[in-house]
Amino acid sequence: MIRFEQVYKRYESQHEALSGLSFELLSGEMAFLTGHSGAGKSTLLKLIALIERSSHGQVIVNNQNLNRLPKWKIPYYRRKIGLVFQDHNLLHDRTVFDNVALPLIIAGENHREIGRRVRAALDKVGLLGKERSLPIALSGGEQQRVGIARAVVNRPPVLLADEPTGNLDPELSREIMYLFEQFNQVGVTVFIASHDQDLINQMSYRHITLQHGKLAENHS
Amino acid sequence: MKLFNIHNYLLRHVQVMLSSLGELWRQPVATTMTLLVIGIALLLPAGLYIILKNVEQVSGEWQQANRISLFLQNEMSDRRGEQLAEQLLTWPDITEASFQSAQQSLNEFREISGLQSLLDTLPNNPLPAVIIIEPEENQPQEATEALLERLAALPEVDLAQLDMQWLQRLRSINETGQRGISILAILLSLSVLLVIGNTIRLAILNRQTEIRVIKLVGGTNAFVRRPFLYTGMWYGLLGGVLAWVTLLISLLIISGPIDDLAALYDSQFKLQWFAGQMLFGLPLCGLLLGVMGAWLAVSRHLSAIEPS
Ligand SMILES: Nc1ncnc2c1ncn2[C@@H]1O[C@H](COP(=O)(O)OP(=O)(O)OP(=O)(O)O)[C@@H](O)[C@H]1O
Ligand SMILES: [Mg+2]
Repeated sequence: MIRFEQVYKRYESQHEALSGLSFELLSGEMAFLTGHSGAGKSTLLKLIALIERSSHGQVIVNNQNLNRLPKWKIPYYRRKIGLVFQDHNLLHDRTVFDNVALPLIIAGENHREIGRRVRAALDKVGLLGKERSLPIALSGGEQQRVGIARAVVNRPPVLLADEPTGNLDPELSREIMYLFEQFNQVGVTVFIASHDQDLINQMSYRHITLQHGKLAENHS
Repeated sequence: MKLFNIHNYLLRHVQVMLSSLGELWRQPVATTMTLLVIGIALLLPAGLYIILKNVEQVSGEWQQANRISLFLQNEMSDRRGEQLAEQLLTWPDITEASFQSAQQSLNEFREISGLQSLLDTLPNNPLPAVIIIEPEENQPQEATEALLERLAALPEVDLAQLDMQWLQRLRSINETGQRGISILAILLSLSVLLVIGNTIRLAILNRQTEIRVIKLVGGTNAFVRRPFLYTGMWYGLLGGVLAWVTLLISLLIISGPIDDLAALYDSQFKLQWFAGQMLFGLPLCGLLLGVMGAWLAVSRHLSAIEPS
């Protein structure tokens, strides 16, 4: 599903964030991405979401070589990738419903379908009662779940999460991870960057560990 | 299925159109100020255009009043002058030719000027005999001028003068005015473009986070651009309507006195409002300028806002 072949990423600052990285994530797999701060985890996820492009080497997602994807196709590509961020990236002047509906509105879904799918996604993350609330009125864990609902609402085959539990206490973190597991069980490829070692160790999934932009560990 | 998508698409456009109008409505003070600036910028060239068109109409009416005065050589007899007038009447492009002797000219002048005693002290009559000619009506200006030249070339004629040459001057002033208005219109259109562009630029900066998030979840540039284009459209359209209403009110205020003045001069002149053309033209110009200004601002700033 996701394949890196000798990928290098150098920022303008000449700093090499990733160097010679190769690995593969199979379709329907769930994996953790770990490593010290500055190891290159966020950079790696940004390459998959095409927020950044590799300086060298191939990134192949769903048999599509991202180097060859023209700029105008990026929006359509991103609709097939669900993104979850540590700081949620919610729109604070819109209700929970409207935040979750955004990807569907962008994709031009009709009104009835939008209502149905937004409610299904909110139900999944346990926030059906909060659809009229503004994000400000929600707790950190709830906001993160709104972000997850938005990421999965148009049923993307790939779900990427960058430190999704970074600001949450252990119990809330476990709930969030449990949600990701559920999506994985229905066939979604899930890739989560985290440095919460305890949490990762509680769950028996593959980890890919980065160290200074290089692959340090890759095992189940 | 295809039809269904088009339906969704149009519905979405209408929604964005209305919500960008709602956005303007929610900031009444800022919106009103912007609309006033746009309205005035559109109003000025339109108002000047209407004034010029009306002046043109007035001068058109007076074209019929063209007259040529032939001042005859001093030593000529009245008899010869009368003969000349009769002869000129046979010219096809002359409808009227009346002779006025030097003595008659003097009498007339005496009456009008009230310089009786002064004129009496003169040893002889300083005024020449005159033939007043009315050229064929409805002939082009050039034909009248050609006639004037032929008349001036006659040996009996000392000087041929087209009365109301000031009318021509008025016309050329009018023409200059029209060019001036064109330039003014272009400059003011440019300023409308800049005002709307700048307003949209601020709106874009205010919504950077939103734009980033939209791009992150797969929004195309067209999707991001759309609400801003509609905002620009509303500014231009409403500014145009405002200009039209202001123009009508101004015309209403000045039309009474102007029509009275025209009646006083026994003129056929009626103030032309061009209300229909302006109702169509002003909002349309505004709309086009608005969309263009928004487009420029959006293309300049949109690509700079990328998710990171
Ligand atoms: N936009 C950027 N411009 C320049 N350098 C960058 C940029 N983004 C990241 N870097 C550098 O690349 C390296 C990897 O950064 P990255 O954000 O991928 O690390 P990370 O593993 O996600 O760290 P953390 O756990 O702290 O989030 C860091 O040294 C960082 O300074
Ligand atoms: Mg990071």
